[in-house]
Amino acid sequence: MKQRLVVIGNGMAGMRTVEELLCAAPDQYDITVFGAEPYGNYNRIMLSGVLSGEKALPDIVINNRQWYAANGINLQTGTDKEVVKIERSRRSVLTRDGSRAEYDKLLIATGAKPVIAAVPGHDLAGVISFRDIADVSTMLNYSRTHQHAVVLGGGLLGLEAANGLALRGMDVTVIHNHAVLMNRQLDNQAGRMLQTALEQRGVRFCMTSQVQALLGNQQQHIRAVRCEDGRELACDLLVMAIGIRPNISLAQQAGLFCQRGIVVNDTLQSYDPRIYAVGECIQHRDTTFGLVAPLFAQASVCANHLSGHGVARFVQVPTATKLKVSGINLFSAGDFSGGQQTRQICYQDPERAIYKNLLLKDNRLVGAVLYGDTEDGPWYQHLLESGEDISARRDALIFGKAYADRAIVRH
Amino acid sequence: MPKTIKTTCPYCGVGCGISAEVDPLARTVVISGDVDHPANFGRLCSKGSALGDTVTLQGRLLQPRLHGQDCSWELALDALATAFADTISTYGPNAVAIYGSGQLLTEDYYVANKLMKGFIGSANIDTNSRLCMSSSVAGHKRAFGADTVPGCYADFELADLIILIGSNAAWCHPVSFQRIRAAKSANPLLKVVVIDPRQTSSCDIADLHLPLASGSDSWLFNGLLHYLHQQQAIDRDYITQHTQGFSAALTLAGTASLERVAQQCALPAQDLQTFYSWFAATEKVMSLYSQGINQSASGTDKVNSIINCHLATGRIGQAGMGPFSLTGQPNAMGGREVGGLAHQLAAHMDFSNAEDIDRVARFWGSRNIARQAGYSAVELFDAIDAGKVKAVWIMGTNPVVSMPNADKVRQALGKCDFVAVSDCIAATDTTALAHLLLPAQGWSEKDGTVTNSERRISRQRALFAAAGQAKPDWWIVTELAKRLGFAQAFAYQGAADIFREHAALSAFENDAEHGRRDFDLSAYADISHQQYAELPPRQWPLNQDYPQGRARLFADQQFFTASGKAQFIAVSPTKPVNAPNAAYPLILNTGRLRDQWHTMTRTALASKLNQHKPEAFVEVHPADAERYGLAADSLAEINSIWGSMLARVHITDSIQPGNLFVPMHWTGQYASRGRMGGLVNPVVDPISKQPESKHTPVRINAFQAKWYGFMLSRTELAAPTTEYWLKNTGTDYYRYELAGLSSPANWLEWAKGQVNLPGNITAGWLEYQDTGLGVYRAALINQNRLDALLFIGRGPTLPNRDWLASLFSKAELEPAERQVVLSGLPPIGSEDSGKVICACFNVGEKTIRAAIKTQGLATVQDVGRCLKAGTNCGSCIAEIRGLLASKP
Repeated sequence: MKQRLVVIGNGMAGMRTVEELLCAAPDQYDITVFGAEPYGNYNRIMLSGVLSGEKALPDIVINNRQWYAANGINLQTGTDKEVVKIERSRRSVLTRDGSRAEYDKLLIATGAKPVIAAVPGHDLAGVISFRDIADVSTMLNYSRTHQHAVVLGGGLLGLEAANGLALRGMDVTVIHNHAVLMNRQLDNQAGRMLQTALEQRGVRFCMTSQVQALLGNQQQHIRAVRCEDGRELACDLLVMAIGIRPNISLAQQAGLFCQRGIVVNDTLQSYDPRIYAVGECIQHRDTTFGLVAPLFAQASVCANHLSGHGVARFVQVPTATKLKVSGINLFSAGDFSGGQQTRQICYQDPERAIYKNLLLKDNRLVGAVLYGDTEDGPWYQHLLESGEDISARRDALIFGKAYADRAIVRH
Repeated sequence: MPKTIKTTCPYCGVGCGISAEVDPLARTVVISGDVDHPANFGRLCSKGSALGDTVTLQGRLLQPRLHGQDCSWELALDALATAFADTISTYGPNAVAIYGSGQLLTEDYYVANKLMKGFIGSANIDTNSRLCMSSSVAGHKRAFGADTVPGCYADFELADLIILIGSNAAWCHPVSFQRIRAAKSANPLLKVVVIDPRQTSSCDIADLHLPLASGSDSWLFNGLLHYLHQQQAIDRDYITQHTQGFSAALTLAGTASLERVAQQCALPAQDLQTFYSWFAATEKVMSLYSQGINQSASGTDKVNSIINCHLATGRIGQAGMGPFSLTGQPNAMGGREVGGLAHQLAAHMDFSNAEDIDRVARFWGSRNIARQAGYSAVELFDAIDAGKVKAVWIMGTNPVVSMPNADKVRQALGKCDFVAVSDCIAATDTTALAHLLLPAQGWSEKDGTVTNSERRISRQRALFAAAGQAKPDWWIVTELAKRLGFAQAFAYQGAADIFREHAALSAFENDAEHGRRDFDLSAYADISHQQYAELPPRQWPLNQDYPQGRARLFADQQFFTASGKAQFIAVSPTKPVNAPNAAYPLILNTGRLRDQWHTMTRTALASKLNQHKPEAFVEVHPADAERYGLAADSLAEINSIWGSMLARVHITDSIQPGNLFVPMHWTGQYASRGRMGGLVNPVVDPISKQPESKHTPVRINAFQAKWYGFMLSRTELAAPTTEYWLKNTGTDYYRYELAGLSSPANWLEWAKGQVNLPGNITAGWLEYQDTGLGVYRAALINQNRLDALLFIGRGPTLPNRDWLASLFSKAELEPAERQVVLSGLPPIGSEDSGKVICACFNVGEKTIRAAIKTQGLATVQDVGRCLKAGTNCGSCIAEIRGLLASKP
């Protein structure tokens, strides 16, 4: 008899794990998947493309419902089928409508939730986050009927939202609590260039600003944002994009060891050997995750263990960021904290809006920011991951792989 | 309408004929070798081939300038005349002087010499020929009784043994060297011996190279004389009948064994034996010598030690044999002919002979003729420094660079009451010190004659009208003469008038009754303007007996000494005056490069001549490099007790341990500290007064540069603000090699300061920085056109400049080029051609290497057929051979 695998979460990490598992051991499990959204699964990171109009919803679907049926997967979606409890002693999960699904192995892939700023008015109508198809629909609706949008947070997601809303015709202001946009991924120079490029596209910025309160009208709908410096910005739609938090409530209730996320080992196994977890909900060696590349790596390792092969190990590698704003090429990977041992290789062509910054430690690449010309991003990514000594081709490193592979000619 | 004009090259003493296709309106000229000229038969070297690039008006002095202000010729000449007249009336005629040049035409030289010696009444006229030829002159005078070069170039083809002594003819007399190379190909019996402390490019055709200890030449040739005697290889009849002084010379030559001589010269005895035996056994032997012999405190003795061996074997005056001085400058010989050295009078007549003085005075109609020698070059600048000479006129030369102890020369001129400089170039290290600047015509505008190493007088003809207000040098002299009250004796209408008078003086009382002189142009004393205009290149003497000229003298064994016999000179070898010591343990040797001429005022205008050796350098033996901690391509400071310079370290075993070599060319116009003249000891030969420029004790230290770099700029920069810079002019760019003892706080701001853009232009600067390696690079790009590049690093290893420099010839950079310009490497798929090897056809090292590899080229001829490299002047053949040999 087949073992039973229950998957909580129909997102990118969970379903990539299932896909990998189907490849590795097609007949090992009866699989049941619980999803909160009423669709098959889709590529969440392409939502900003849908918002900006470069993509339509069908374009971003990874697996439609037919795929689940064809692969014998029992897909359960909708509010009734939301998992409300993990019953570890019974090895089952309980849904809102009281039904149960028993498992031999459980995979938690509940993802993350947007952080909502704890400011007065955060519960007003017109205050949303940018996480799923419903949020995109909301934004698109507002863009047809309203004028003023404010995005809280100048990170990757916030800027994609801002750009999309601007493209949809709204007046958009981004409020960011730091002097540098995407300050987790970019250095000052790249951040400034990005800001300039977005300003040229009509997005306005309030940098190094904090929101004091969101102000509503009589219908309890947001009408303005008040900053700490007293400024008030007219606002019909406020998008919170100030971060995500691992969605661990089910795991915590079930007594699994959690810190910021569900703590897993290198095989993506939680403290209950029958329970695995992947994606934004996990914490691996103090790290939580928000970008897609490590999620896919986790999926691969997790499937390897679920299928019984049991040889793979999840290793964290520096992860690259790409901003999905058409016409803005930006790449960031690795560590920008600097430090005494860090050396910098920097290139800029301001007229062409090209900027590159590589950080080295002990002749190894530890960080890369590319702005304007990101062609060699994957190569730097490779160098970051491999940790190879680059001293032999250091002089040409920033000019790309083809150059660096040629020895520098002496005069 | 373009027209073809035949003229003569203004560089070395080979005196090549040029066929110049001139477009007078565009002021352009296409240069080719004159196939009919006997000096070169159509061949030209890289420098001559590039003459068309030097006729630009860029940098020309086009207007008289008095105390820094443009002025009229009237005012300028009045100032010159007043300064000379006042000085003479207050301090006497010996308080004024002219310092001339082997670049002057014979006619210019003649009138300058006549004015000083005949009318001002002082022999204070000397020239830069003192720095290169005077030991040969003195040696000739002692041996032959006259300054006579016995043989001719055609002898190169007739000889069976050619000895190059202290001569890198491959670089310094390339067309003659190619002639020898060709002769060697045609005659397998012809052997070539190179005697030179350095292994130069001339060794490429050598059957034997004798890298003798610096300055030991006289031991070597005394040893040869002894050997010839011992081996009974001497010509007793010749010695008895046609010479005097043999036994004294033989006695002083000593009886040292060949092994002892080899030891003295630091040569393997076997090699010395080979050379001696070849000399003894070969009848047709030519000894070609140049600055390695002349520039010595015993240069005259060295010349005579060579001539002695030819006299002892009777090998002189016949086809294919004889001593032969390779002259440095285009008209050093012409200068000697007019008496343009301070100890000469005129037309091969001397102060030592009262009849000569009387004769010249009568001919010139002068009542005030000088009766004794004036100051020679080193003495002259010492006299200026001491305040004895108070007004000096420097004509067409750059003594602040080329003189030994040149810093003292600069100091002397700096405190001289009146310094006039006539030149065709505005900014030189010497014009910087002038009170009065007089614009002289340049090579392409002058009209007159020059004499080459084989006594051949050729016409230099004007190709263009004079630029700006430039005037012939002779005209300027005559204008001074008129203002000093000598109008009647200087009433020349043109160069032809002067030449006729010069020829007439050579013929004047030149006969059996008054005594024959070698220099005799009596055939030209009455030539018409038309004949002068069409004067064919001929070798003097030109007289009744030899109306077409004479290839060789002394075939008749008639010498110009009192006895009519050639004189052996007993030579007691002496070491260079200043020996290395603990503080200055190395010997500095100096010399020319292939593609530059003198102080670069003209050759540096031709970008292709700046590529072969783009920077002042010092050759260091690997052992010395290690000993003194010098890394390849780093900068070194060289110090003597007289001065210092900075130069790029070239480590090579072509130089001997304990020796350094630096090129003589760089000036304050082209480098912050590249002038070698300041280092050189001001020691002179007591007879010839020629300085010992090839032997100065020095020390060398690493220059502790914090950074190295280079800047390429479309426009010329003011002198960069750093300790070391060196400028090189390229095609559409200027290259600045840089180094500094401290880094600027902000490189971009520094770069902007050098480029000196109007206003505060910040856009358009590309930057690259590697903080760990101390690397900074920036490019200034305006509308995709590259305007400037700066590359900085901690060490001297920086990207190749060639490809980067080639980008300045593009109106716009390709996107791929822009993307990678700061990498210093061309985009993938395009390759740079590398360092220029062949300057004539601009073929780079990488191109040659690639062709050798891909097309399987095996010989120099293959490379020539494939790329044309090496097929014109041929002076790069040695380097091409090196590339063929080093192929992996």
